[in-house]
Amino acid sequence: MVASTETNGTALIELQGVTKVYGEGQAAMRALAGIDLRIEQGDFVAIMGHSGSGKSTCLNILGCLDSPTGGSYRFQGVEVSQLTRDQRARLRRYYLGFVFQGYNLLKRTSAIENVELPLIYRGVPARERHAIARRTLAAVGLEGWESHSPSELSGGQQQRVAIARAIIADPSVLMADEPTGNLDTARSEEIMDLLCRLNREAGITIVMVTHEADMAEYARRIVHFKDGRIESDQKNGRTD
Amino acid sequence: MLWNTLLLALREIRRNVMRSFLTVLGIVIGVASVITMVTLGNGATQHVTTQIASMGSNLLMVTPGRRMGPGQQGMAPAFKNEDAQAIAREIGSVSAVAPVSTGAATAIFGNENWSTSVTGTTSEFIALRNMALESGRNFTTSEAHAGAAVCIVGQTVREKLFGSQDPIGQRIRLGALSFQVIGLLEAKGQSMGQDQDDLVIVPLRTFQRRISGNQDVRLIQVSVRDGDATEKAQQAIRLLLRDRRRLAAGEEDNFQVMDTKEISTMLTGATQVLTGLLGAVAAVSLVVGGIGIMNIMLVSVTERTREIGTRLAIGALEREVLLQFLVEAVALSSLGGLFGILLGLGASFGLKSVLQVPFVFDPGIAIIAFLFSAAVGVIFGYFPALKAARLDPIEALRHE
Ligand SMILES: Nc1ncnc2c1ncn2[C@@H]1O[C@H](COP(=O)(O)OP(=O)(O)OP(=O)(O)O)[C@@H](O)[C@H]1O
Ligand SMILES: [Mg+2]
Repeated sequence: MVASTETNGTALIELQGVTKVYGEGQAAMRALAGIDLRIEQGDFVAIMGHSGSGKSTCLNILGCLDSPTGGSYRFQGVEVSQLTRDQRARLRRYYLGFVFQGYNLLKRTSAIENVELPLIYRGVPARERHAIARRTLAAVGLEGWESHSPSELSGGQQQRVAIARAIIADPSVLMADEPTGNLDTARSEEIMDLLCRLNREAGITIVMVTHEADMAEYARRIVHFKDGRIESDQKNGRTD
Repeated sequence: MLWNTLLLALREIRRNVMRSFLTVLGIVIGVASVITMVTLGNGATQHVTTQIASMGSNLLMVTPGRRMGPGQQGMAPAFKNEDAQAIAREIGSVSAVAPVSTGAATAIFGNENWSTSVTGTTSEFIALRNMALESGRNFTTSEAHAGAAVCIVGQTVREKLFGSQDPIGQRIRLGALSFQVIGLLEAKGQSMGQDQDDLVIVPLRTFQRRISGNQDVRLIQVSVRDGDATEKAQQAIRLLLRDRRRLAAGEEDNFQVMDTKEISTMLTGATQVLTGLLGAVAAVSLVVGGIGIMNIMLVSVTERTREIGTRLAIGALEREVLLQFLVEAVALSSLGGLFGILLGLGASFGLKSVLQVPFVFDPGIAIIAFLFSAAVGVIFGYFPALKAARLDPIEALRHE
């Protein structure tokens, strides 16, 4: 399955000529120089590229955290730039899960409280919230660590809390920016297995930024960025 | 959502107990002083009211000066002894009349001296004022007439001059004249920081001749016979005095005849003005406290920019973030208010014995103070909360 299946109507995610320029005038910095990208429901995409090639910038735009300077971004056929701030917040709340490069867990807040945060904004009652959060933490292998705060957890454990928080509300898409960036090989493989399982069993579409080829191998599709452009976009040979 | 937000806010406050406390210190002090002022003020008012009511409802107080409040007496001529005598003679419903003049003097006995207040009056005064003699006797009519050098002393004067000695029959010096002590008053205690036992009573005529050197009477106390209407007596005295002071038909009274209700209004009026004034000063400190809260909330927004970014990225709406910070500010200021109320009530309770006023708890003022401090939280928390809510998610996440 190659990315260009333009025939079958609306894709889950569709970027057309997306550009992003930081700064103005002399200091202007073109981080994205025209990105065309289609991602179908259920896909598992790895984005690779050199440092500074625009991977994070692109993922932030996909995650509706940042807005592009030019071009169009459609999510389920809806033009995101036309949405209000609150509508975009709702989109993030109900459809997107985000694993940040630096985890961004709330300090001095227990793992379970971190994980249940998206459910608070969805208005899930406390008791139900705790039960789901407990289950989700167990799913990422953190049973028994519920009451530990981030400072009492290892890097890999924090990463898994961040993943648990991103998937707790059953998002359509999980965006992960270097989810294994700070982990050793064994831990990285655990995380990748978890992502594969979420993709396969829960049908969650995954877009993952990585610069490790080993990790990209887990994906179904690998997109290479270079200087703010897509250099290559291939189906991954791996079968599972 | 609101409940969750409140829990979240309380958790945030608990996390920084020391800082939270220092933040709301301004509010705590402001509210505590308002509560203390008002509670003590109410206590003082009640004290004055009950004390005057205990004098009996049939008491009238006649003072020179226009009806404009205290401090205006100098503008009108004082009364003379004859005015008091005329009231006693011509108004049938009056049972007792005591003209009063007061001044300060140093009382000397042996090596001891004590500066005290001297009251010149008649023998009716003691009963009229609800005082009683512990030992000795009152003036006789002939002593009063003759202006004899005799005096009655209060307990404080006795203690300062005579120690444990019996004062009756001793001679003390007041100004240039030597007086024989013929009576000792019973202790009355403190009233609103004033020692009611620190006085010497002498016959009015003696006072006028030997101490003040003039014939002025500053106050005439009148008691109306039980069963007779006070208002009628009041009116009769008014007409009599207008006549005696030769006021023309259109002229205003240059004296006042007050009943106990009016007396207590006059006396408590001053405390109430003072209470209001101090309350206003305290309110200023509430505003200062509000600025403190705003400052800390702004710091907190900056410190927690990444947290706000995370919340926004997860899908928090602008107004949810706004609400979170607003609730935090209000929770903070309300807790400060609550603490201030308790502190204020504690302080009033502690001061009540020092100031000799009863403890009068007014739930109304406690509620107002609480609402006011909550309002301070809303007003001064709004701007920082808005700042937090308006943050751009990606900018906030990048914040170091
Ligand atoms: N907020 C910003 N302001 C200005 N320039 C920025 C900003 N964010 C990113 N850039 C620039 O945009 C370019 C792309 O950045 P981006 O973070 O997308 O790179 P990346 O591919 O994620 O790199 P890495 O692998 O190091 O994370 C970089 O040259 C960077 O300097
Ligand atoms: Mg990056």
